Amino acid sequence: MSKEITQTTYQVPIGPIHPALKEPVMFKFDIDGEKIIDVDVELGHVHRAIEWTGMRRNPIQIIYLAERICGICSFVHPLAFCRAVENACEIDVPERADYIRVVHGELERICSHLLWAGVAAHEIGFDTVLFLTWEIREKALDLTEYLTGNRVTKAILTIGGVRRDIKEEHHAKINETLAFLKEGYKKLAHAFLDDKTVMMRSQGCGILTYEDALRLCAVGPTTRASGVKKDVRVDQPYTAYSDFDIDYTTPDKLTGEVNGDVYDRIITRLLEVKQSIEIMEKAIDQMPAGDIVSEPKIPKLLNYIKKTAGEGVGRDEAPRGEVIHYVKFDGENENPYTWKVRASTYANILPWIPMLKGNQIADIPIVAASTDPCMSCTNRVAVVNNANNKKYMLSKEQLHKLSIMKTRRLMR
Amino acid sequence: MSAKKTTKKKEEKKGEILPPEEIVKYFKDEFKTKIKSAEIKRRATGAKKKEFVNIWMRIDKSIFKDFIKHLCNLTYPHLAVVSGNDLGKTIELVYNFSIYFGKHLQEISLNVGVELPRNKPEIETICDYIPGALITEREKQEMLGIKVIGIPDSRRLFLPEDFPDNVYPWRKDEKTRKEIEKLYKNLHEGVKKK
Repeated sequence: MSKEITQTTYQVPIGPIHPALKEPVMFKFDIDGEKIIDVDVELGHVHRAIEWTGMRRNPIQIIYLAERICGICSFVHPLAFCRAVENACEIDVPERADYIRVVHGELERICSHLLWAGVAAHEIGFDTVLFLTWEIREKALDLTEYLTGNRVTKAILTIGGVRRDIKEEHHAKINETLAFLKEGYKKLAHAFLDDKTVMMRSQGCGILTYEDALRLCAVGPTTRASGVKKDVRVDQPYTAYSDFDIDYTTPDKLTGEVNGDVYDRIITRLLEVKQSIEIMEKAIDQMPAGDIVSEPKIPKLLNYIKKTAGEGVGRDEAPRGEVIHYVKFDGENENPYTWKVRASTYANILPWIPMLKGNQIADIPIVAASTDPCMSCTNRVAVVNNANNKKYMLSKEQLHKLSIMKTRRLMR
Repeated sequence: MSAKKTTKKKEEKKGEILPPEEIVKYFKDEFKTKIKSAEIKRRATGAKKKEFVNIWMRIDKSIFKDFIKHLCNLTYPHLAVVSGNDLGKTIELVYNFSIYFGKHLQEISLNVGVELPRNKPEIETICDYIPGALITEREKQEMLGIKVIGIPDSRRLFLPEDFPDNVYPWRKDEKTRKEIEKLYKNLHEGVKKK
């Protein structure tokens, strides 16, 4: 972009290493003094051609490929894909599998939100809180490993159900972990919501208005913090979420008002941790008996999909917001004719612009982190791009230092 | 700012929720035969077997912009993504909307397909109604080689600047296949040299 640079503003490129998470995205800021005038976002540094690759694989192979779209959302991506295939080919899912899917989905949300809370604390220089969240998250990861056999890529899903059951003998460990998480939630809520410095750093900063959130198609906690009631779990029946009475977590539930700032996004995510623990408890409690997969014979399943022509979409609520997969089968080939993935950060890129405009350079890390961006999810096709406009660079460390200095200034 | 406020007011006025059959009828009455096909798919889920609704429509290119305008008048939609298929003679775009979110279990997925001729794959932008469509429109331009008329920002999004101009990775013709093969062959050789 060749923008005219006036005497009072100058351009600061930040990235491709992300100032918040250790993933590549490139920001170009037009700066006037300390104030951000305009923002441009460049993507594509980790585009790995996953969709292109997927169109050359069979649906079972794609599940494991979809799992590797993102290291954190390694359950919701294959879930969206499985649901798209189930919708396209009209494959039923047993009730018990629907409940198990809910348990894993919510466990992933807890892990992800805790990770985010730690990163957010780190961005503003509260590394003790970072280690507290890590301690709590470790237990949640232990439970993931206990239930699926893996900490990160869970390999639990298959088309038409799940691969591993949750048995009676698992309940003791699940209950123990949930009790621990509840205690941990109380500690975290106290650390974030009762702390004056956190409020000073996050209130009134990075504001996304209701209008902008709606018009820019923001998703997940980012849009809910601005008061838009949008949560796939509540909006449409999918898996077993429709069996529970759940509500949108907007920040006014706690504070009575919606400001759409970073603080509101912290509240939204923390409330969701609590909500997820409750949903997990209900799902474990009400789980019906029965099969966990409708067609366990994979060659038979693949043969059926091969003969079916159709298209389908699968939507679900990832920790960062709505994920949607679109698949189309032509009825002749095993591999999908088209596979389109839309991760949640993809929809939260444009909202960054109004959020960052008007803020200070030192606020960039926490504002950028407040949408919980996941660049590997968003970038899915090729090769590296060089930053072409190197007027002057702020490294990630310098930026982080600026952010900490601002916090310390406020604490005085 | 004032323009934005009025949209919010309209939003509140348009509180009424139409069942899926009514939505299809609304568009069929308006556009007659230009709606090439419309299908309502329901799937039950969970132990309580609640249903969710997918509407699939295929519309003619000539009414596309007008269709989006009518949709925005009906209710302000959320555009999830634009998917695309290379169908050989034509290139099809599928706009995946969702409407009636914000109300418990009322959401409907609305998928609108438009076919564009391969020799002139052009479509109007919808960024004036839904500014959030920009990212996905930019992606479709570089991946499928369509031209979005009136797009506010036509730069590439994911593909690097040194990617060849007339190669569109999601197209399925022989020429694209060869070009892509050449590209990743070069990539491997480049790595070896180092």
